[in-house]
Amino acid sequence: MDKTYDDIVQKQNKGAKSTKKTYLDCFVSFFVGGLIGMFGEWLVEKYCLLFHISRSDSMAYMIITLILIASFLTALGIFDKLAARAKCGLLIPITGFAHSMTSAAMDARSEGLIHGLGSNIFKLGGIVILYGIVSAWVFGLLRYLVGGLS
Amino acid sequence: MTFKYKNVYVAATSTVVGPYEKKGPLGDYFDKDYSDLYCGAKSIEQAEMKMQKDSIDIVLRKAKCQKKDLDLLISSDLSNQIMASNSAGKCIGKSFLGIYSACAGSAEGIIIGANFIENSQIKKTIVTVSSHNLASEKQFRNPTEYGVPKKETSTFTATGAASILLQDEKTSIKVESVTIGRIIDCRENDPNNMGAVMAGAAIDTIRTHLRDTKREASYYDLILTGDLGKYGKEIVKDYLWQKEKIDVRDNLEDCGTILYDLEHQKEVHAGGSGPVCSALVNYSYILDKLKKKELKKVLLVPTGALFSPVSLFQKKNILSIAHAVSLEAI
Repeated sequence: MDKTYDDIVQKQNKGAKSTKKTYLDCFVSFFVGGLIGMFGEWLVEKYCLLFHISRSDSMAYMIITLILIASFLTALGIFDKLAARAKCGLLIPITGFAHSMTSAAMDARSEGLIHGLGSNIFKLGGIVILYGIVSAWVFGLLRYLVGGLS
Repeated sequence: MTFKYKNVYVAATSTVVGPYEKKGPLGDYFDKDYSDLYCGAKSIEQAEMKMQKDSIDIVLRKAKCQKKDLDLLISSDLSNQIMASNSAGKCIGKSFLGIYSACAGSAEGIIIGANFIENSQIKKTIVTVSSHNLASEKQFRNPTEYGVPKKETSTFTATGAASILLQDEKTSIKVESVTIGRIIDCRENDPNNMGAVMAGAAIDTIRTHLRDTKREASYYDLILTGDLGKYGKEIVKDYLWQKEKIDVRDNLEDCGTILYDLEHQKEVHAGGSGPVCSALVNYSYILDKLKKKELKKVLLVPTGALFSPVSLFQKKNILSIAHAVSLEAI
């Protein structure tokens, strides 16, 4: 198509995007993400007291709890609706990662446990894991080069 | 390329829908609905197959036909290797053509079937299309339950199946002419803005159809694009008026914006999409209006976005196509 077409498309795209809505979405995401962070912190404190474990052990338990809750909500179809309201607030914390794995697993379940679930569960989560490890390695190296071993 | 027909009529149509479509403004017009996206089947792909079979059974019943009276089944859907269509073909056990032009499948099917009938090669044919929201989300986008916030311009794949039975015996609705579209590249590659991808194809086909038939746009009571959504629809109107001086500002509508209530069904964003989206609106609401003579001349222009997840990730533009079918009440 020609330039007239591109201009009209651009005009329509601008109409679809409202700056006010973007700011509101950012605020909602920040607020919900923060709430989940607070809930996580509360869990860490509680686990420390309840099970008499160290803070680092308690952190691992907290992460497992959040993953369990998120996966369960995904399976029930509730997470989807919450994410539509909470925008990125639910997708950035560990809950989003759990959601990506559970939803991929649910999708592929009908193709069986091996070729379906087994080979598809990391469809989205795998990206985070691979590049998480690569970037950890790069930053580790940078830290070594700048600060030495100490 | 435009063909005129003298001898092709619409005998009956059928529509089967999922829960979201039933909740929409056309809810009462549909023949059958499922309140669950699985439709009692084991997987979403099998649910789509089931809906296609349902729609064929209903259209045969409504036209008071038997399977043995049928000559040909033409079928189209979005799933990989059009499996829903193939499965419906197996159940009918008649000559079968499986076709693909994404969301323009219903028009492509009508064109093929109408040509066979016009040439007296066959007497009766059914053209079926289907799509399933979850099945196409799974295939083209993220996993189905992966509910990331979507762009305002994104469209929602309709769930359902729709069939039309064409024949050479006279009825009150005639397939008057058709235009076979070209593949258009609008240099767009955003799968969340299909309106901008496909509007170019709709523009090209409407322009060609009007030129070939030497008609004004006002000849038609209604021109219906397939699934451009609320933004894509405006692109077609603006472009045709600004560049071609073709005025469709009052008689162009988009099926994607009719199928759902865009005010209250926020999950659909800019409107419906999928091969069945245009077919659901045309075969229920529009056909009804034609039968009652509230509309006399209608031009259907379903649009299809042609891409695969591979071509998309390889940063190729999304191509598009649109075919036009002119229906007249007689």
